[in-house]
Amino acid sequence: MDLQTLTFIVVGLTFAMYIGIAFWARAGTTSEFYVAGGGVHPVANGMATAADWMSAASFISMAGLIAFFGYGGSVFLMGWTGGYVLLAVLLAPYLRKYGKFTVPEFIGDRYYSRLARIVAVICLIVASVTYVIGQMKGIGVAFSRFLEVRYEIGLVVGMGIVFFYAVMGGMKGITYTQIAQYCVLICAYTIPAIFISLNLTGTPIPQIGLGSMMVGTETYLLDRLDQVVTELGFNEYTTTSRLSTLNTFVYTLSLMIGTAGLPHVIIRFFTVPKVSDARVSAGWALIFITLLYTTAPAVAAMARLNLHETIQPAGQENLLYEERPDWFRKWETTGLLQFEDKNGDGRISYTADPATNEMIKVDKDIMVLANPEIASLPNWVIALVAAGGLAAALSTAAGLLLAIASAISHDLLKGVFRPNITEKQELTASRIAMAGAILLAGYLGFNPPDFAAGTVALAFGLAASSIFPALMMGVYSKRINKEGAIAGMIAGITVTLLYVFQHKGVMFIASTAYLGDMSPNWFLGIEPNAFGAVGAVINFAVAFAVSRVTQAPPERIQHLVEDIRVPAAAGSAQIH
Amino acid sequence: MADSEKRKAYWRANLRLTLVLLVIWFSISYLCGIVFVEQLNAIRIGGYKLGFWFAQQGSMYGFIAIIFFYASRMAALDRKFDVNE
Repeated sequence: MDLQTLTFIVVGLTFAMYIGIAFWARAGTTSEFYVAGGGVHPVANGMATAADWMSAASFISMAGLIAFFGYGGSVFLMGWTGGYVLLAVLLAPYLRKYGKFTVPEFIGDRYYSRLARIVAVICLIVASVTYVIGQMKGIGVAFSRFLEVRYEIGLVVGMGIVFFYAVMGGMKGITYTQIAQYCVLICAYTIPAIFISLNLTGTPIPQIGLGSMMVGTETYLLDRLDQVVTELGFNEYTTTSRLSTLNTFVYTLSLMIGTAGLPHVIIRFFTVPKVSDARVSAGWALIFITLLYTTAPAVAAMARLNLHETIQPAGQENLLYEERPDWFRKWETTGLLQFEDKNGDGRISYTADPATNEMIKVDKDIMVLANPEIASLPNWVIALVAAGGLAAALSTAAGLLLAIASAISHDLLKGVFRPNITEKQELTASRIAMAGAILLAGYLGFNPPDFAAGTVALAFGLAASSIFPALMMGVYSKRINKEGAIAGMIAGITVTLLYVFQHKGVMFIASTAYLGDMSPNWFLGIEPNAFGAVGAVINFAVAFAVSRVTQAPPERIQHLVEDIRVPAAAGSAQIH
Repeated sequence: MADSEKRKAYWRANLRLTLVLLVIWFSISYLCGIVFVEQLNAIRIGGYKLGFWFAQQGSMYGFIAIIFFYASRMAALDRKFDVNE
């Protein structure tokens, strides 16, 4: 059976399973639609959170970035896992205790202000839509390869499927479907990694294989990789950071606090039965995430090594373009891989020097999908990877769209503008909001601001600079008042957005950038993707300053804060 | 102990624990994985340079340990101060 037929079958079967589960568990009430009625076991919730969390950026894009950045790619590994510590320790138990549906609802109540709630909704929508653009890039890459069409057509097909899928389900459907999606995506990620690790190092565990010697030699894999890439003029794999140490530090911090400020992740902790479950649930989520995240560096290093050794086999002449393997041709049709025979010798030369490098385009986002083909693994493994990539992208897109939809229908419509609408109308409004978000994100996805992971990093920066500080101060300070919180959120997200827009273009349309996206224009050498941490510091500072010179929050709010700090139910602020 | 004092003591114990865990969180990622990565790279475990290992493997295992430790310590504090759900 040829690869494309097999891929159709595997992807088709997994989709049939998701849709079946979504149908079986479909939401009947708004409570089920938003938080699955609050009745999900911590382990199940952890698994669903992991699927929700690990998006196209984690599955398709991240290992590709690590493959080309080496040590410099570590920001994604530490940044996207370390945030769970902040979430589990600083926020999740308290937000669960408070027991509402959405993040803006908490902010609106804690800061006793509808304006605060509206500002939070806007911040949430800006961050989430940016995040969905990143997903759309990943979905576009996956579908273009799988249907063997151009990226743009793949993107449109992907939008259609996300639309159909997310609009039907709601949180209850999504939670159970996401458990299935986690199983698909983790198998799809680890099985090829195990095969490749066995081939190269003889160890089936990729995390150990990465630190082992190559089969039949006395050379460690990482040393061999360092040698291969430096001979071709690239930076050493295991030691080179991207940009400065300060940038690495700030980038990691942005991703961490962004993780703890992203509404679609926080909302997961509203779906567990108890406060103690919220703490443990974050740990389970992180275990399931780390399974993939500690495999990713192995996938990255081994894919990079295989890529170079396929094109430039040791001790032989470079690969003839006419004899290029099948995967090379397939990725050329997507437009994401391009070759130009600069020296006219008919052979492929891949080096760091732009003057002699003939691989003029190698989109980093193709590495994970191409990896099993480069390593010549059996066709069913390749089909499985396609299914896994789509599972990752779909599950996250669905979770994000749900967060956007609930912000618009629950917080804006029901909470502020039309308190009297029925549950049914609220559900209809949220489905319309989802459709709108898909169209907007899909449209912006035609010209994504960065690779899938880079775009997602921007979204984290926006969440880090706006929502995380407001939530944290809401729990840890009784003195921060509505004026402080509102001013802080506005200052944080505005500074971050302006910084991103001036380098990446207004709404990420590159031609509208008013300062070029290059390092001499960067503040202290911090790149736009990493700026969220600076925005967060500004948010904290503004909130403290403004709160000091304005009136303290009313007494009932101080009681409310005291109450959410303790798991036991007591006092007047009890909400359940 | 009066109820409100008990709650204050519970909150203080919680803050102490949180602070200690955040110091560990910061050390295994920002210090070992970023700031002192070059110095640690002089040490090797198998094929891994140690700083590289912290950045791409070790920090993540540490994060998991921190969360489960926090959850179990907090469960004990909940019982000790009798503030269970």
